[in-house]
Amino acid sequence: MAATSAQSMRVAPVVSAEGLNVTFNSAGGEVHALSDVNLAIERGDFVSLIGPSGCGKTTLLRVIADLQSFTSGHVRVDGLEPKVARAERLYGYVFQQPTLLPWRNIADNVGLPLQIMKTDSAKNADRVTKQLSRVGLKNFARNYPSQLSGGMQQRASIARALSFSPELLLMDEPFGALDEITRDNLNLELTDLWRETGKTCVFVTHSISEAVFLSTHIVVMSPRPGRILEVIECDLPRKRDLSIRDTPKFLEIAARVRRGLHAGHANA
Amino acid sequence: MNVHRQPAIGLAAATILGSCLLPIWDGSEVGFWIDAPLAAALTAVQLIALLILVFFGPVRVTPAVLLVAVVSGSAAQYFLLEAEFVFGVGGWLALVATMLCLWRLLAWLSAHPGRTVQILVPALFFFGWVLCWEIAVRGAQISPVLLPAPSGVLNAFVAHFPILWSDALQTLFRSALRGYAMGCTCGFGLAILFDRFPVIGRAFMPYCTALSAVPMVGLAPIMVMWFGFGWESKAAVVCMVTFFPMLINTSAGLATPDGIQRDLMRSYNASYGTELFMLKLPSAVPLIVTALKLNSTLAIISAIVAEFFGTPVFGMGFRISVELARMNLDLVWATIVMGALVGTLVYGGISLAERVTTSRNPTAQ
Amino acid sequence: MLEQRKTDLALIGVAGLAILIVWYVAALALNFPQVMVIHARDDVPLPFTSLALEALRPARPVLPTVDQIATEIFNTTFGHSVTSPRSLVHHSAITLGTAVAGTLLGATFGLVLATAIVHNRTLEVSAMPLVIASQTVPILAIAPMAVVLFGNLGLSGFVPKVLITSYLCFFPVTIAMVKGLRSVDRQMSELFETYAATDRERFFLLKLPASLPFLFTGLKISAATGVVGAIVSEMPTGGGVGLGARLLSGSYYGQTVQIWAALVASAAISILLIWIVTKIERRFLVAGLGR
Repeated sequence: MAATSAQSMRVAPVVSAEGLNVTFNSAGGEVHALSDVNLAIERGDFVSLIGPSGCGKTTLLRVIADLQSFTSGHVRVDGLEPKVARAERLYGYVFQQPTLLPWRNIADNVGLPLQIMKTDSAKNADRVTKQLSRVGLKNFARNYPSQLSGGMQQRASIARALSFSPELLLMDEPFGALDEITRDNLNLELTDLWRETGKTCVFVTHSISEAVFLSTHIVVMSPRPGRILEVIECDLPRKRDLSIRDTPKFLEIAARVRRGLHAGHANA
Repeated sequence: MNVHRQPAIGLAAATILGSCLLPIWDGSEVGFWIDAPLAAALTAVQLIALLILVFFGPVRVTPAVLLVAVVSGSAAQYFLLEAEFVFGVGGWLALVATMLCLWRLLAWLSAHPGRTVQILVPALFFFGWVLCWEIAVRGAQISPVLLPAPSGVLNAFVAHFPILWSDALQTLFRSALRGYAMGCTCGFGLAILFDRFPVIGRAFMPYCTALSAVPMVGLAPIMVMWFGFGWESKAAVVCMVTFFPMLINTSAGLATPDGIQRDLMRSYNASYGTELFMLKLPSAVPLIVTALKLNSTLAIISAIVAEFFGTPVFGMGFRISVELARMNLDLVWATIVMGALVGTLVYGGISLAERVTTSRNPTAQ
Repeated sequence: MLEQRKTDLALIGVAGLAILIVWYVAALALNFPQVMVIHARDDVPLPFTSLALEALRPARPVLPTVDQIATEIFNTTFGHSVTSPRSLVHHSAITLGTAVAGTLLGATFGLVLATAIVHNRTLEVSAMPLVIASQTVPILAIAPMAVVLFGNLGLSGFVPKVLITSYLCFFPVTIAMVKGLRSVDRQMSELFETYAATDRERFFLLKLPASLPFLFTGLKISAATGVVGAIVSEMPTGGGVGLGARLLSGSYYGQTVQIWAALVASAAISILLIWIVTKIERRFLVAGLGR
């Protein structure tokens, strides 16, 4: 046991960034989105990136996903360069909008990555059903996205990201467009899912309570150009339900996050 | 060697070599260029240019080198044509090689965006097609009755320009423009009527749709019967053709403002007229302009076709049917070219007006 | 919804009735002078009513009445066998055949061209302006000529007619498909990037299905244009088959009712073609798209 835990201490982080700088040209001129970012995310962690709008948290996520190139520094995903990691399909990405293909039903949508990755088609149907059951959409397999609510569509999107069993899950404010009650339910489902599957998750949000509820680590970012102000460890018990939001521990961590954000704002 | 990244160049070089080894003309001996020394020299220039690119890779003067290749290749082809033999395999291969060079040049230009490039590339592309057409027609000695050579059409165009121009003006101003104005106005007016009184709209729109399914050029004989041989019948056809796109687009445009915008107008207790002028018409402008552009092309074409019916007395349609009967196909095609030119000018004019007036409307295309 | 439907039908019925009345009055007015000329030398002036009745039934009317047209259509549809040159069905079928062939050919070419334009920058910059300019070329004007010429060369009339029709038909499909293939939003494209999808997969799994609604819009315009193209290319100077020829011969021999009957038939096949496209569209576009 001890040996194993000692070994796990030396396991390389799933995602690591060193001295990361991102500058790009946009319509309004040059944008210095990220400045000297250093980050290490261990296997099994649930890490939230939180910060004001425009702080670069989405940019950081996109750099990890190789959807955005970076100007200088190092980024490694599972020891590989992001470009290679993407080619190896090491992560699943969940966008802000469900981004489901409207001409396919839910089951075919969840099976889309499996189709592209040419996995063994005999097992695909099972995989799809398993993921759909996990997010509670088993009865809607034959429906089309337009027939589902926003919350259900986003669940389908998460099921799709899990369908090919990547180790890493990258999520860009997936619940931002939903109402609070749906959001709460989905947060609960997501944390249960995370516990059950043991995936490493990187989650972008600008809701403090969402970040504290879901995460093991909360990365607080400054306004543009984005820097990491602090990484707050959230040692609430792994099994969480919605009532945990009223406990003193929760409120204390949330207050820490809030102070960090305000401090970052004040120094900007 | 640059062959892998730009296969077209290597292919072109190989094709020229092939063309030198195969018969240039039907029945001539293999690669005998002595009959056409000028063409041979130019082809050598082309080959050297290509070999430079093959061996030295993309250089700063790549476009210039390519241009040299294209020009020398085209000139070579032209001088081969002067010998007036039917092209053999070698001749066709030489043409293919020149076209590959042109394609490579276009590719290089397209990768460097700019306003000049936007006009230059399609122009060169068009020129390439015309060149192909010319060489194909003369090289294969296709009968001019079937397909005239561009040079013949150009000659006819230049030689008869005054007549063609006056024909075009006749068609444009006497038939097309009048019909266009009438058709667009009626379509516009009816759309507003339907919008003001939706009941009437719901009642009569299906008939309008059914009527729009009738091919308007079929009405030309009837229009001649009713309005005689003069410009009135042609204008009537153009009016019918331009009526429906205008009606449909204006109706769609007037319906674009969504519920929120209309509620805003309601909250100001705006009358129908106010709502029309302040909200609906401005929103409808993009679609109306689309219809105006579409109709301009339709107007000219249907005016020309309408001029075939009854006994035409003037205009481009008249010229086409008369010269067709005399088998002067060069002149017929020259008239078509004139028609296309006039149509493009009118379309361009409307686009320009559109850009000037609607530049601030973000929904304009 | 049903109530609205019923009121709409009632309105359409009333409008139709109004149009009929106006039509008959117009027919009366326009045909009357002709009747007056015929009876000018009569010894006994006929009562107005019988003159009026005659005005509604002249052999060569200026404006045929609806029942005249309907009778003609009925006679030529059911009165002759389908293969007879007097049958409206015969000519309509020929025109329909040309229109369908031309539309399919043009649409296929337009689809291929649009795919090439979207994937090749050179082609996009060089060909698009020419595609747009091609619509100003009044090819329609030489349609009859082309048919005659090809006929002289021994090529049957069908081929040049289809070629000309397809020239008219390719443009709407090209423009619609270029728009459709580019209509994919950025996030969907990025989704496919996260799967490291190849260009081929991106085309068949994403771009092509996304462009289908646009394809059908273009196809409907193409179908309507196809009928026009088929009819005009059937009007060579010197007879022939198809509705275009029927229109022309009707105008030569002053058979106005024949012209009108042919026009109604043209409208019918136009509507039929568009209806077919709409049916195919419904079959292919799933409920989920809701367009």
